[in-house]
Amino acid sequence: MSSPHGRRRTAAGLAIAGVLASLLGCSTPRDAAAPALVASAEAPGRIVAMRRLTEAQYRNAIADIFGADIKVGGRFDPIVRPEHELIATGAAESTISPAGFEQFDTMARTIAAQVLDEQHRATFLACAPADAAQADAACARAFFQEVGLYVFRRPLTAAEVDFYVGVAARGAEPTRDFYKGLELGLASMLVSPQFLYQLETAAADGRQIDSWSKASRLSFLIWNSVPDRPLLTAASRGDLDTAKGLQAQVERMLASPKAEQGVRAFFTDFLHLDRVADLSKDTVVYNRFTPAVAADLKEQMLLTVVDHVLTQDKPYPELFTTRKTFLNRRLGLVYRTPVGKAEGWEPHELPADDERAGILGQGAFLALFSHEGRSSPTLRGRAIREVLLCQPVPNPPANVDFSGFNDTSNAVLKTARQRLDRHNTDPVCASCHKITDPLGLPLERFDGVGAFRKTENGAPIDASGAFEGKTFDGAASLGYLMAQSKGPTDCLTKRVAEYSTGLTEDKLPKGWLEALGQGFEAGGFKYRALVEKVALSPEFFALPEVAAPAARVAALSPSAAQTKEVR
Amino acid sequence: MAKLSRRTILRGAFNGAAVGVALPLLDCFLDGNGQALASGAPIPVRFGTWFWGLGVTEDRWKPTKVGAGYDVPYELKPIEAYKDKITILSGFDVILDGKPNLPHNSGGIGIRTGVAPSSPALPAPSFDVLIADKIGGQTRFRSLEISATRDATNSLSGRGEGSLNPAETSPINLYNRLFGAEFVDPNSADFKPNPQIMARRSVLSAVADQRKELEARVGARDRERLDQYFTALRQTEQQLALQLEKPAPLEACRIPPKPADTTPPNYQIEHVIENHKTMAQLLAMALACNQTRVFNLNFNNGASSLTKAGSTISHHQLTHEEQIDAKLGYQPESTWFVERCMEAFGVFVDTLGQFKEGDGSLLDNTLVVAHSETNFAKTHSVEGIPMMLAGRAGGKIRTGLHVAGGSTPATRLGLTVQQVMGLPVDAWGEGGLHTNKPISEIMV
Repeated sequence: MSSPHGRRRTAAGLAIAGVLASLLGCSTPRDAAAPALVASAEAPGRIVAMRRLTEAQYRNAIADIFGADIKVGGRFDPIVRPEHELIATGAAESTISPAGFEQFDTMARTIAAQVLDEQHRATFLACAPADAAQADAACARAFFQEVGLYVFRRPLTAAEVDFYVGVAARGAEPTRDFYKGLELGLASMLVSPQFLYQLETAAADGRQIDSWSKASRLSFLIWNSVPDRPLLTAASRGDLDTAKGLQAQVERMLASPKAEQGVRAFFTDFLHLDRVADLSKDTVVYNRFTPAVAADLKEQMLLTVVDHVLTQDKPYPELFTTRKTFLNRRLGLVYRTPVGKAEGWEPHELPADDERAGILGQGAFLALFSHEGRSSPTLRGRAIREVLLCQPVPNPPANVDFSGFNDTSNAVLKTARQRLDRHNTDPVCASCHKITDPLGLPLERFDGVGAFRKTENGAPIDASGAFEGKTFDGAASLGYLMAQSKGPTDCLTKRVAEYSTGLTEDKLPKGWLEALGQGFEAGGFKYRALVEKVALSPEFFALPEVAAPAARVAALSPSAAQTKEVR
Repeated sequence: MAKLSRRTILRGAFNGAAVGVALPLLDCFLDGNGQALASGAPIPVRFGTWFWGLGVTEDRWKPTKVGAGYDVPYELKPIEAYKDKITILSGFDVILDGKPNLPHNSGGIGIRTGVAPSSPALPAPSFDVLIADKIGGQTRFRSLEISATRDATNSLSGRGEGSLNPAETSPINLYNRLFGAEFVDPNSADFKPNPQIMARRSVLSAVADQRKELEARVGARDRERLDQYFTALRQTEQQLALQLEKPAPLEACRIPPKPADTTPPNYQIEHVIENHKTMAQLLAMALACNQTRVFNLNFNNGASSLTKAGSTISHHQLTHEEQIDAKLGYQPESTWFVERCMEAFGVFVDTLGQFKEGDGSLLDNTLVVAHSETNFAKTHSVEGIPMMLAGRAGGKIRTGLHVAGGSTPATRLGLTVQQVMGLPVDAWGEGGLHTNKPISEIMV
């Protein structure tokens, strides 16, 4: 009778609430006085937003509710990233296709089967059925009330509890197995839109989302997972409606180890690291680049970010200049740097005069915004504009003629700068490339997988550029100038606000970004403090404006389904 | 478990939670005893699309002769052996009505949905989904989407409102989905309804019961998304119900061997060709075994990321950057990729043709629409996007023709295939893409 977290039940009569609390709240004492959470007669209110759980949120939820040893196998319907937006805002528009549903159904059944197998069931059941070969309404009721609280992130209504108890009874009868009945009920919960979507509902006052929705919004923002028992308890007591109660929860959550999951999730979305999974390189040109290296690059970026903004709590702009990162053996080979540890990651500090520094020097950024067989100053420059500065770049006209731009084996035009300069002599092309290339060309001393090089095809690389009127040479200098600029911090503020609400900028409460930006600056541009400020501001819980959808700017970019490359 | 009569199945072992499946659905599939395909039942007609990215070099692809016995230019050479099974459609336009041409998106989406899009998301249902609504409800899978480049979002199939049917990306996963534990061999002598499937159905029925309560609480915009969820749920539920019935024996159905280990996940053309070949085989078997009647197979993606091993430049980059060779009059590297795409289509047609079915082949009982998303990729042109038809749809269409569209809307093809597949539709498409003129030359 071992629990997923290696704890053992010590007393047979232990309240299930306590068992689950021990699973969910790592540092929380068992809350003996939490009876208010297991029953609700109230029907939830009007649904004001439906945000589909991302793959990471789904996985975190299952691990937090049922334990990390419950396997989640299956393919997730991709959530489409809207042009120039976050996946988090795409989730608020996302649908589920028939093929995607089939996958969710499979996952739900395999999870439910594991939760109720002989090894695990005792962990989640405080009661035992009178007869294991028959339905037992009382025991099933206790199970669904408790599990449902976490799966639906709110107490089930009395009608819902009756419903699932009924499903379990009908399942137990023909199978002659009480636990099979529970399994069917749980599988049905896990494939319900109430689990697969973060359903945000309006409070009775009609001005804010209700307490349960607030709890979910907080936990998905800070932990990228479902609320734990203390947070749900706070919600049930109305604590999240008071400044003091809210602050206590936000502080507790930011101090929890689970806050790292939240930081990882935001920066994965913000920096487009989701695409690293699809990243492939031509193995003839880059013979050391494998899917394992791609995964390592993403991890290297996230380790660097987490250490900088969470562990060290350093200003966000310094993420553009930091020399500190992490390496493992495999990346050491690609970047020709010795790594002492045979297994795992070790901190690594680059020399102060190194060309490589900060986000712009991270292999994940450099490789992601390159072609399969070569670097791309255009893709990199565009990513700096669009991803890091939130400045959408106009797209090339559909009938653009690239014939002036030649292949990499050209004997005269050896470097990308030479080829692009040639290309830029056409005024139509130049109008776009003037925006992107001067920010991408300074990164040219890093090849298509981010390895350092001094020459391309034997010719020395000119890495000079200009940013906001200042000229410079090399990637590290560009990082230094970006750290001085308001562009990256304004962009981050906007993205955190959008991420936290699932709303695009045009739908955010008026004046909120300005207030957040001022606070961010006043606090020395600390990411952690920015998240805290978002979570504590009244706008965070405001109901989305009920208005006609704003006309969106005609999207010219070939960015989604059919297009994997842009020039 | 005792053999269940049809009545007990419909009542359901988990009756209270079950939502009954519409009886007519089963009636058309079975004889009076619910045991076998009704005697003399026609072989089903299947429908599918086959997509390739980045178009063609028109002068090297488009036949000069219109009608039967068309000539075969260089880029069409790979399909010459199947010429009498394939119809070439040239000169059909995607008309944008002044909307911007979204490179690599407007063309394919316009052909498939009848609407010139304003963003890369599908603005309306694709015609394969409309056809699946008509003929896909009687098989285990309503439709199958497959991407040989191993990219799940490489799909032009969806119900609109931004929804996309993601593609299956690996031969192994496709095999497991089709022929894994839940596959019921139609030619197996003994059949027992799988209790697991009954349980699955009851799980879904329970969720379906929440529909009303949830719909009462959402706004109009979210209701559409909720509807899509419940549509997906109901489809799965109906398909499970079908699996509780003994399938009719099928002559051409054989369980294929599990495919070998998959190729690495990259866009190297040799790997994509290999994937495509394996997945085409599995798909053909799925059709022969009546697991689905609708499919969407994508050879490469719109802005084709295909590369040759060791090359620093992709198919997409080549189409833009490669000079038109002054002597040859075309882009020699780019045309190489077009020829590989046409070769792959030849492989696909050949694969369907290998399965004997009734007096003909699986290909004869299938209608395949092949198309790209652009004509000349260098300029992203959407006029005269190359399209082809293969298979005879059970004798409902004529093949071996070259039809010149004369700059009429490409939606005429979508309208035609919907009509051929039995949809009661007399006009289709929006704005300049609206048409009420099917391509009568090919209709029998």
